[in-house]
Amino acid sequence: MSWIDKILPSGVRTGEGEKRASVPEGLWKKCVKCEAVLYRPDLERNDDVCPKCDHHMRIGARRRLDVFLDEEGREEVFTDIEPVDRLKFKDKKRYRDRLTAAQKSTGEKDALIAMRGTLQGLPVVVVAFEFKFHGGSMGYAVGEKFTRAAQLSLAENIPLVCFSASGGARMQEALISLMQMAKTSAVIERMKQQSVPYISVMTDPIYGGVSASLALLGDINVAEPDARAGFAGPNIIEQTIRQKLPKGFQRSEFLLEHGAIDMIVHRNDMRDTLARILSKLSHQALNHSEQEQEQEQRETEDGADVEAIEVDE
Amino acid sequence: MNPNYLDFEQPIAELEVKIEELQLVGSDNDLNISAEIETLREKSSKLTEKIYSNLSAWDIVKVARHPQRPYTMDYIPRIFSEFDELHGDRHFADDNAIVGGIARLDDKPIMVIGQEKGRAVKDKVMRNFGMPKPEGYRKALRLMEMAERFKLPVVTLIDTPGAYPGIDSEERGISESIAQNLAVMSRLATPIISIVIGEGSSGGALGIGVGDHLAMLQYSTYFVISPEGCANIIWKSSENAPDAAEAMGVTSDILKDMGIVDATIEEPMGGAHRDVDLISERIKAHIAAELTVLEQLPVEDMLAKRYQRLMSYGN
Repeated sequence: MSWIDKILPSGVRTGEGEKRASVPEGLWKKCVKCEAVLYRPDLERNDDVCPKCDHHMRIGARRRLDVFLDEEGREEVFTDIEPVDRLKFKDKKRYRDRLTAAQKSTGEKDALIAMRGTLQGLPVVVVAFEFKFHGGSMGYAVGEKFTRAAQLSLAENIPLVCFSASGGARMQEALISLMQMAKTSAVIERMKQQSVPYISVMTDPIYGGVSASLALLGDINVAEPDARAGFAGPNIIEQTIRQKLPKGFQRSEFLLEHGAIDMIVHRNDMRDTLARILSKLSHQALNHSEQEQEQEQRETEDGADVEAIEVDE
Repeated sequence: MNPNYLDFEQPIAELEVKIEELQLVGSDNDLNISAEIETLREKSSKLTEKIYSNLSAWDIVKVARHPQRPYTMDYIPRIFSEFDELHGDRHFADDNAIVGGIARLDDKPIMVIGQEKGRAVKDKVMRNFGMPKPEGYRKALRLMEMAERFKLPVVTLIDTPGAYPGIDSEERGISESIAQNLAVMSRLATPIISIVIGEGSSGGALGIGVGDHLAMLQYSTYFVISPEGCANIIWKSSENAPDAAEAMGVTSDILKDMGIVDATIEEPMGGAHRDVDLISERIKAHIAAELTVLEQLPVEDMLAKRYQRLMSYGN
């Protein structure tokens, strides 16, 4: 059993951060996969991808949006949406208290952040899941914000990109969470009918209700390398079939092989790849920033493509 | 414990056993015995009424999963006529956990789609205990799209412990198959009526449950995760399933109050399995009435209303 099997229960709740290695937070960070001790500025420059083994570390929603969107002209949208505890759900703790705690620790109102901005000059609406907020689970607030972001895309005829990372529907909102699957799927279907592009990028991990709705309905479905995505969690499947799961089960490579996604895209290439695709789908030219042009120039000159780094198993 | 009765129904079971015994003894037309039987019957029905007027959420989960609870294949011949079953998703296989076909509701042609758990052991295995795989959802989608082409209203009967969590299910894209159904059902240009007849478990249930009207039988349940699953995750023990059932609000009355479910259909005293013909009649009348309402709407209005309702969930 690999490390991730151990920490991924059915609902996939445990944040990678908590189980992280023993190196103290600071200038150095240990890669959870190859255990190399990494110099933090190097890691950040590489979009939180381990320069040694290419492991894509989990990153928060804000960082995700930050590395993806053009620097200029970003605007966060739909910040007024708050979670609702319609059931007054209570287990050992009250859901309301759990929400307050999550809001305090993450600084977010709920698990989805939406922004409008540009990607290499193309106007886009982008949403990103914050996995540290209740395992990125989808309740009313997440479903509603996704839906409004999609409606904004529809109204302005600009593409929607979603970076998902979620354990599934949020249990504490029960059937309201389940119905967010129907709601988000319905608005995506409307985008499809009106030919407004929707790209779904799956990042580790995607399970349950989010997988069985918005994450797999992209015109283009993309996954980051080695991300896990599936309907049922590995534990549930193992308990049901009483068998060990094959190596690589529910990983991006498995999804690609079985036809669920169009491509696996390295985080370093995410901007370029998605911009290239969206430019073609929307018949619009890109407008590379000067910085990016310089970067491309450099890469062509010395051939130092990040993907060329060997991947340790 | 009498296996035909649930744990909280055992006092009823004891009375029923007594009644049966007396009936055997009383074959010589003894007046006293028939009077005694009558008293016991009355007592039994009062007891049933008392027990059923005070069921916990967890009790209702058990009624919804009662081994004798009527399933889709019990309802289809009672509610519809001329049922012609249609098979296969045209890509991979025929999934027996989802049954579909064209039938008539009185004279009206209808597309019926339902999840079927299977009764006898062999039947259950053939039906995969009512846990559909991607091919089941894709068959349902194929039939729904056909219904749209031929202007047949769609009636779906929901009863599943969940979509099948297995390797093959994942390989063939169970998530995508459910998601696709949610998307297409949101705009399918024909009336869709869904009825939860037993257990509506999560995405596996919703995968045939998006439409214009959602009803639940009184003692059916609908949840985002099974109470056992929820208890395992939050309480770290499936023994807390009754607490989870309570906390999640899985019953028809609560979901009706929350506006997620449009209507509940009253079950015979002691549950649908006590009188399958009666509950079938009630379901049939409910479908007929709702169809009449939906068919009076111009299609665009019906679709706008459906979309509006989808957008409003949680508001």
